[in-house]
Amino acid sequence: MSATPLLSIKNIEVIYEQVILAVKNISLEVAANSVVSLLGANGSGKSTTLKAISGLVHAQRGEIADGQIEYLGEVVNHSAPHRLVKQGLVQVLEGRHCFQHLSVEENLLTGGYIHRPSKAKLNAQLDNIYGYFPRLKKIRKSLAGYTSGGEQQMVAIGRALMSDPKLVLLDEPSMGLAPQIVEEIFEIIKNLRDNHGVSFLVAEQNAAVALRYTDYAYVLENGTISDEGTAQKINQSGELLASYLGR
Amino acid sequence: MLYREAGQFITHYRADQRLFRLRQDRIGFYLLLASAFVLVPYCGNDYWFSAILIPFLVLSLAGMGLNFLTGYAGQLSLGSAAFMAVGAFSAYNFNLRVEGLPFLLSILLGGVVAGLTGVIFGLPSLKIKGFYVLVSTLAAQFFVQWVFTNFAWFSNDSSSGVITAPPLDVFGLDLSSPAGRYLLTLTIVTALGLLAANIVRSELGRNWMAVRDMDTAAAVIGIAIPKTKLLAFAISSFYLGIAGSLWAFTYLGTVEPHGFDINRSFQILFIIIIGGMGSILGNFLGAAFIVLFPVLMSHIANGLLVGVMDSGHLENFQKIVFGMLIIGFLIKEPNGLASIWQTFTQQLRVWPLRYWSH
Repeated sequence: MSATPLLSIKNIEVIYEQVILAVKNISLEVAANSVVSLLGANGSGKSTTLKAISGLVHAQRGEIADGQIEYLGEVVNHSAPHRLVKQGLVQVLEGRHCFQHLSVEENLLTGGYIHRPSKAKLNAQLDNIYGYFPRLKKIRKSLAGYTSGGEQQMVAIGRALMSDPKLVLLDEPSMGLAPQIVEEIFEIIKNLRDNHGVSFLVAEQNAAVALRYTDYAYVLENGTISDEGTAQKINQSGELLASYLGR
Repeated sequence: MLYREAGQFITHYRADQRLFRLRQDRIGFYLLLASAFVLVPYCGNDYWFSAILIPFLVLSLAGMGLNFLTGYAGQLSLGSAAFMAVGAFSAYNFNLRVEGLPFLLSILLGGVVAGLTGVIFGLPSLKIKGFYVLVSTLAAQFFVQWVFTNFAWFSNDSSSGVITAPPLDVFGLDLSSPAGRYLLTLTIVTALGLLAANIVRSELGRNWMAVRDMDTAAAVIGIAIPKTKLLAFAISSFYLGIAGSLWAFTYLGTVEPHGFDINRSFQILFIIIIGGMGSILGNFLGAAFIVLFPVLMSHIANGLLVGVMDSGHLENFQKIVFGMLIIGFLIKEPNGLASIWQTFTQQLRVWPLRYWSH
């Protein structure tokens, strides 16, 4: 990995409600211009790790009890989520969470105001998003609540991209989506990495798809990292399969 | 180390489903009951009974009533005091107009009438949700107070609608002394409290929580939402009705409709917010906070500041401090005092270790 990673986590430990240990000894890195995957079964600690990075664990009675999260070389253990968004670190939550009663375009716009852009900048930004997701342009006036699951996931990702991020934390982008749509979304992720300099940390259960688009992957099991490596290495070792199926 | 379950093996569902699963909790509860029934009447004085313990118990019971509706079934209400008034005035009239009706039976019937009133004002909740239900209960609040003020029949034609407690004879015992009134209140609140703790973990209680958390999901697994909501209104109002009777007869002795105004409803709402929504223990903690804290503060204020500030300012100052404390508590622990207690016991169970690992 490159010398100065975008995000670097050292030995973090997250505790909910002061007594429930969710993850421990998690260390990982995301280099600039890369897609990194967090793989693992339900309850392995993927979402907790992402929420620890974005600062959302604090809202769920969790705390980072140990370790250090560095983003752009700066410790952000206690940064508020909105400050991180301003610094270019944005999370897309699991289960999409679109604003149901706003139109697709209004949803996207809500993500764009963080840097107080000019009208022209905002419109250019909107055009970019429609460039990545041509599907959204066709339904831009529809209420987000009435669009399909795949479209809502695109709205959620597009809304995050409106803030012009350097790093996007994606939680289960494939959840409940048809394989074709999943493929489409990962293609867009790849395109963003290759051509627009956006990095991704993706938590996924669908390891097969994720690994095809991933530069580096970490396998989580019971709150700790059980394996890590390039997609090829993960595919070859039995660790991933074991973490899903048990030993 | 004292408070842990090591060595307590549960081998039957019956044992698993007990109210207090941990032996330490059971012992603690029995000790608490014993001291409330034996030690307190023996040591307490009239001031404590009349001014602190009785209102604390009655407000805890009222909190339980509102908690069924708001904390468990998720229906907001600002009509608690109205249902208390219905309970008190009904019990008064049953006792007055039915010759030889025992006092306890009058209170019970008062609760039943309050429950039925609750069902009527709960009907709009079948069609409307959230804050709009609040409006219907607000209507109950103003309507009930208006009825009792304007129709003198309800207060036996007394001036300004004041009703007076009937003789507090229970099974031939005269319980009109402060200690007697305390024991009467304590007995009723303990019985209804145990009933409440069992209701909320019964099928009905789980249905309430299902409707609260996601009513659509509740409907698709076959929970009859209208029935569930109306039962919440009925049982909630029944508890509030009993609390109203106790408020009128064992705490105040005489009460007028104005005593059950919207401020009382707010007070009960604050009790469950501070104590903890969806918790039986929370009602007691919230009521203790609401009753004890002002007393404590006025003692402190009178001791320290009486020469410094004039009494009017002092009283307002106490209200400001009280309000700030409520806000402070809710920022620190949005789920109420019961949640602080729960976190504390969880930590105690793993102590001296730091946490549970899965």
